[in-house]
Amino acid sequence: MALPGVLFFAFFALAPMVLAFYLSFTRWNGLGDPQPAGLANWRKLLSDDRLGQSLTVTVALTAVSWAFQTVISLLLGVWAAGRQRNRAVLSAIFFVPFLLSSTAISLLFYALLDPNFGIIHRDTLGTTSGAFLAIVFVGGWQFIPFHTLIYQGGARQIPEVLYQAAAIDGAGRYRQFFSITLPQLRNTATTSSVLMIVGSLTYFETVLILTQGGPGTDTAILPYLMYEAGFKSYDFGYASAVASFLVLAATALSLLMVKLSGFGAMRSTREGM
Amino acid sequence: MESHSRRWFLGAGTVALASVGGLTACGSGSGSGADGTLTAFVYGDDAAKIQVKSVNRFNASAAAKKAKGTIKLQKVPATDYPAKLRTAMGSPNAPDVFFNWGGGSIKAYREAGQLVDLTDVIASDPVLKSGFLPSVLAAGGLDGKNYGVPMRGMQPVILFYNKSVFAEHKLQPPTTWDQLLDLNTKLKKANITPFALGGADIWPELMWLEYLVDRIGGPQVFEKIKNGDASAWGDPAVLKAAQTVKQLIDDGAFGKGYSSVGYGNGGAPAVFAKGKAAMHLMGSWEYSTQLGKFPDFAKKNLGWCAFPQIEGGAGDIRNVVGNPTNYWSVNAHTSNKDAAIAFLRDSASLAYTKELIANGDVPATANAATLLDASPNPEFAKFQYEMVQKAPAFTLSWDQAVDPNVATPMLTEVNKLFVGKSSPAQFVAALKELK
Repeated sequence: MALPGVLFFAFFALAPMVLAFYLSFTRWNGLGDPQPAGLANWRKLLSDDRLGQSLTVTVALTAVSWAFQTVISLLLGVWAAGRQRNRAVLSAIFFVPFLLSSTAISLLFYALLDPNFGIIHRDTLGTTSGAFLAIVFVGGWQFIPFHTLIYQGGARQIPEVLYQAAAIDGAGRYRQFFSITLPQLRNTATTSSVLMIVGSLTYFETVLILTQGGPGTDTAILPYLMYEAGFKSYDFGYASAVASFLVLAATALSLLMVKLSGFGAMRSTREGM
Repeated sequence: MESHSRRWFLGAGTVALASVGGLTACGSGSGSGADGTLTAFVYGDDAAKIQVKSVNRFNASAAAKKAKGTIKLQKVPATDYPAKLRTAMGSPNAPDVFFNWGGGSIKAYREAGQLVDLTDVIASDPVLKSGFLPSVLAAGGLDGKNYGVPMRGMQPVILFYNKSVFAEHKLQPPTTWDQLLDLNTKLKKANITPFALGGADIWPELMWLEYLVDRIGGPQVFEKIKNGDASAWGDPAVLKAAQTVKQLIDDGAFGKGYSSVGYGNGGAPAVFAKGKAAMHLMGSWEYSTQLGKFPDFAKKNLGWCAFPQIEGGAGDIRNVVGNPTNYWSVNAHTSNKDAAIAFLRDSASLAYTKELIANGDVPATANAATLLDASPNPEFAKFQYEMVQKAPAFTLSWDQAVDPNVATPMLTEVNKLFVGKSSPAQFVAALKELK
């Protein structure tokens, strides 16, 4: 019965990947047949200054977004795990941004960041740090609700007895948070972080709409580089090389995270209980 | 269960094969049906209504009967147009006739042998030969050959100014660069940004370099670049133009936030219409943009003039940059070339010209001059027509004139210059590397 799933995966995921990998060894502008190009695209990729720059931007964006989103969703999630009625209502409202499309959100913020008619009368998107922080903020605005939900679920699973015992021992709220809530949320944090980090590698619409990789090339992350090569320059061979590189990098990163985090081991969080 | 799986497998296999066939089959045929219907792709904005009428008129005409073909128009959503056309031209569903920007936008199609060379057709056809302004007809071609027939209004880049701001501060539109710098100083003193600029879209920044290189070095500088000589970026005029841009920026000519102001989202036109900026270098479509968004401003206070002369520069003040117009080209794999060419002749007709004028466009047809009184704004229409008619040279917008794989990094370099990420010298060095 796994056959349909395997076929779907083969057809919609593996086949395009193999095709892209094949195209990365060709020269093709979308017209006629792809012409063999040997390693030309890969050589160009590895000597392209923009690869290093976009990797740096991608890593920085991932790291800052991770920190920003994790801190806020953790606090919101733990808060929202309480049982009061108003929290349920507020949690539902918090979740709204996640339901909007990234494109709509990006267009909204693009208008809000207009220096003449927006909310901040400054050249935000035209400066490197402004553009970078805008992307982090808009991404956070969209995805924090989702991660809040994950943390809320995680926090609700923590047995009440742990807190009762801690209260008897005289632990205050902060002590309870750092000694019980945080450690108990370890696996939740891993799940949420893996989603954030892998997601940030395919982050695209926000950059396309807010900054188009600018100012200059300062926010041109890898997926944007791929888009630009393919759909603006019609250099599908080079775009495929970038895409293949992205697949390799993402796979390596995922494997590394699973290994380092012990995500695959699925240890119990309630050792000793 | 087993038989179910097998059926499923066969079905899926067929779907997979069909899709792979669609992916890999390369453009050997075109989308023409067996009944003689040809497909035409057009940029699907408001102005496409004129092409709809043209197609209807042609399909009912004797010319269509004689050529045994009719046209079916397909309106492609505007922003997707270049990518959609590229995909379609590489597939079995390629259009027979298609809208384009001439120059670099059709270079790849010519190299792939997908364009009909219209040079002889036009030369031997009085309607097409004398139907259009020669400079506009030529600008759509490549290496002296014609691959397209003009089919929309002209789009020269014009220096627009706000008449009420100029009147209030007793200023005159500039004809020389010194006058422009003088205006700059006076406007800044009055706390008005001299020039609106939609820098977030990058192409409005490019317009400045196009005009500056023309005025400093003459049109032949870019002509060489367009013909594939990347070393021509090393012409001193390019460096001088980049330095001039840098001076303008440092001088505050574009205000502070220009690199996060867009044109497409209405940012720069609003800054200009509301008097926060006094001038705006933009394509002729600025008039209809303003008419749509700020009709009062467009009717009463919108002024226009040519880009000023630069003292000691080689370029004529009458030279124009921009998009001469848009063109119809014919797919070399069309099943009925006669019908396609017969359809192109409608774009030179009186009826077609009148429709363009009524839409506020200024056609590139030779007969347009006498008809411009019927335009919604005859004064602006005549200015534009004469500007193009009298221009010794009409340089196609750089990003349309060169191949897309050069245009994309070129726009990135332009943006880096405008946001101060590269110096004029670095800008020139980077452009020389483009090929």
